[in-house]
Amino acid sequence: MPADPRQTLPAHPVAAGASPTTEPIAVRLALITVALAFLALFLVLPLIAVFAEAFRNGVDAYFASFDDPDTWSAVWLTLGVAAIAVPLNVVFGLAASWAVAKHEFRGKSLLVTLIDLPFSVSPVVSGMCYVLLFGAQGYFGHYLQSVGVQIIFAVPGLVLATIFVTFPFVARELIPLMQEQGVSEEEAALSLGAGGWRTFWSVTLPNVRWALLYGVLLCNARAMGEFGAVSVVSGHLRGQTNTVPLQVEILYNDYNFVAAFAVASLLAGLGLVTLVVKSALEWRYADQLASGRRH
Amino acid sequence: MDLKIRDVRKEYGSFPALNGVSLDIRSGELVALLGPSGSGKTTLLRAIAGLEIPDSGRILFGDEDALAKPVQERNVGFVFQHYALFRHMKVFDNIAFGLRVRGRARRPAEADIRRKVLELLELVQLQGLENRYPAQLSGGQRQRVALARALAIEPQVLLLDEPFGALDAQVRKELRRWLREIHNETGHTTVFVTHDQEEALELADRVAILHKGDLQQVGTPDAIYDQPATPFVYAFIGDSSSLPIEVRGGQAALDGKALPLGRVDAPDGPARLHVRPQDVTFVAPGEGVALGRVATLRRLGAFRRADVDVGVRRSRIEVRLPPEAVFAEGEEVGLAFERFAVFPAEGAPGAARAA
Repeated sequence: MPADPRQTLPAHPVAAGASPTTEPIAVRLALITVALAFLALFLVLPLIAVFAEAFRNGVDAYFASFDDPDTWSAVWLTLGVAAIAVPLNVVFGLAASWAVAKHEFRGKSLLVTLIDLPFSVSPVVSGMCYVLLFGAQGYFGHYLQSVGVQIIFAVPGLVLATIFVTFPFVARELIPLMQEQGVSEEEAALSLGAGGWRTFWSVTLPNVRWALLYGVLLCNARAMGEFGAVSVVSGHLRGQTNTVPLQVEILYNDYNFVAAFAVASLLAGLGLVTLVVKSALEWRYADQLASGRRH
Repeated sequence: MDLKIRDVRKEYGSFPALNGVSLDIRSGELVALLGPSGSGKTTLLRAIAGLEIPDSGRILFGDEDALAKPVQERNVGFVFQHYALFRHMKVFDNIAFGLRVRGRARRPAEADIRRKVLELLELVQLQGLENRYPAQLSGGQRQRVALARALAIEPQVLLLDEPFGALDAQVRKELRRWLREIHNETGHTTVFVTHDQEEALELADRVAILHKGDLQQVGTPDAIYDQPATPFVYAFIGDSSSLPIEVRGGQAALDGKALPLGRVDAPDGPARLHVRPQDVTFVAPGEGVALGRVATLRRLGAFRRADVDVGVRRSRIEVRLPPEAVFAEGEEVGLAFERFAVFPAEGAPGAARAA
C-alpha cells in the first residue's frame, strides 16, 4: 500500500499493540470472573465443605471416626479390589491398545467401540447386568450355587463391577499414543533380530511408560471411588462388602455426619493426590503422553 | 550376497502393488529402486526385508530361500525414512541393540559389543555422541545412527527406504556422497528406495525403475538416461516432450505428412515420438524434421528454453538453446532431432520396445 505521510489516516479503531483475537479488558475481566466463580462454587466449595464437616467436632473426633472396624474393613476392601482390578486392567488395556494401534484386522472399529462402552453405559446398569448374570435368580445363579461360588453380594462381584467400569482408562490413554508412534520402531527391532516378546518389552512398553502410568492413575482413582456399579452388586453387608464410597453413604444415612465426612475426606485426598501426580506427569512428560486429548 | 527376486507379486485388496517383479542384484552392488509414489518400490524393499509377505514369487539370498525365514532370521540391515531410532535408548544402546538381542550362543561379550559400537560410531563420524538420546540429534545425525545400528548386525543385505527423504537439501547431498563412501568401504550389497532420480543416478551402480507395480527397466545410470526402454522411463527420467505421430510400414508421419526420420522400428498405428530438449536444434524453416512456431522463449540461467508448437494439434516441444541464439516468439523454425525414440501410443497394440 502506498503510504503518503501528508495524507491523514483514519483514526485507528484498535489500540496499538492489541492483537485482533484479544477482547477489551472489561470483557476479559467479566469472563474470568464468571469462570472463577463457577469453579469456586462447584469445585472448591464442596471440597472445603468435606473437610470442614469432617473436622467440625475437632481433630480428635475426626480420628475417632476411624476407630470403627467397619470403616477399616471398607478401606482394606477398597484397596484390595483396586489391587486386583487395576493390574488386570493394565494387562487388558495394554493388550487391547497393542492390538488396535499396531495391527490391522477385521472388526477393529467394533473393538474400539466396545472398549469405550463402560464410559457410555450407566454404572448402575452394568452392576445390574452382573446381578442378572450371576445373581441367585440370574442365568448362572443356579449353577454357581451348586458349585458353592458366590459372586453377587460378595467380593468377586465388586471386583468384576470395578473392572468393568475402569476398563477404558488404560486403553484410551495408550491407543492414541501408540497410533501416533506407529510401528517403525517395532519393525526396526524385528529387523535387528529381536523376537516379538523382546520387541514388546524393550521397545513398545518403554515408549508408552508414562502414558501407562497416567492411565493407571486415572484407573485407580475411579476404581477406588466407584459407587454406582459396586452399590448394586455389593449388598451393603457391613464389614464385609462395603467399599469406602459405600461406607460413606451408610454412615451418612446413619446421621453420623462427622464420620461420613471423615471417611469421605480420604476419597477427596485420593482425588487431590491423583490430580497433583497427573498434573506433574502432564507437565514433565507432555510429549510422551497421548497428544491432543486430555481427561 | 547375490539377491534374486523372481516374479514377486503383492496385492493390497484389489490394488496390485507388485505385478510380478523379477530382478537380480549382484553381490556388493548398490542398486536404486526408483519410481513415483505408488510404484511399488517400498513394497519390494520391505518384501526383501521380510516386513511384507509377497502373495507369490521367490526371493533368494544366494541360493537360500529368504521367504522361508521370518524377518528376524534374514539378517538384513534396514534403514527407515524417519530413522525409527528407539527413542528411549541412548545412541550407544540403539547401535548395540541388534547384538544384545542375539541368543546366548551368538551374543558377543559386552566388551566386544562396546568395541564394535565405538568402531561404528567412528565409521559414521559420530564419535563422542554415544550418550545422547535420539531427540538430541539432528536429522542427519539420526540417520547416521540408524545406519550404524543396521550395520552392527553385519547384515547380508543393507536395505534403505528413502534414507534421505526427511532431510533438507544440503544435508541430503552430503549424506549421499558419504553413503557411497561407506558402501565402497564396507562392500555390503545395498538396495535403496528413492523417488529422487538425481539421487538414484548419482548414487547407484544400477537403477531399477518401477511404475504401477511393474519393473520398467534396470540398467546403469547411462543406459537409463540414454536408452530408455519404455515411454514411462523416457518421460520420468530427465526432461522430454513428445509428438503424436502415425507409423505405417516403418515410416513416421505427422498430420498425414511423412517425417524424414528414416525407418522407425515401431508397429503400424498411432505412436509417440519422444525427444529431449537438448537433442533438438533449430534449423531454417523447411529443413529438419518438422516445422514449428516458437510459442515462448525464456532465459534459464546457463541456457535459453523455447517451447515450440508443432503440427495442427500444436503439440509443445521443449527446446534447449544456447543463450546466444537469437529468435523471436512467433517465429517459424525448422526442428532437427539428434536423438529420439518412437513408442507405440499407450493402449495401442504391440506396446513393446521401439526405435
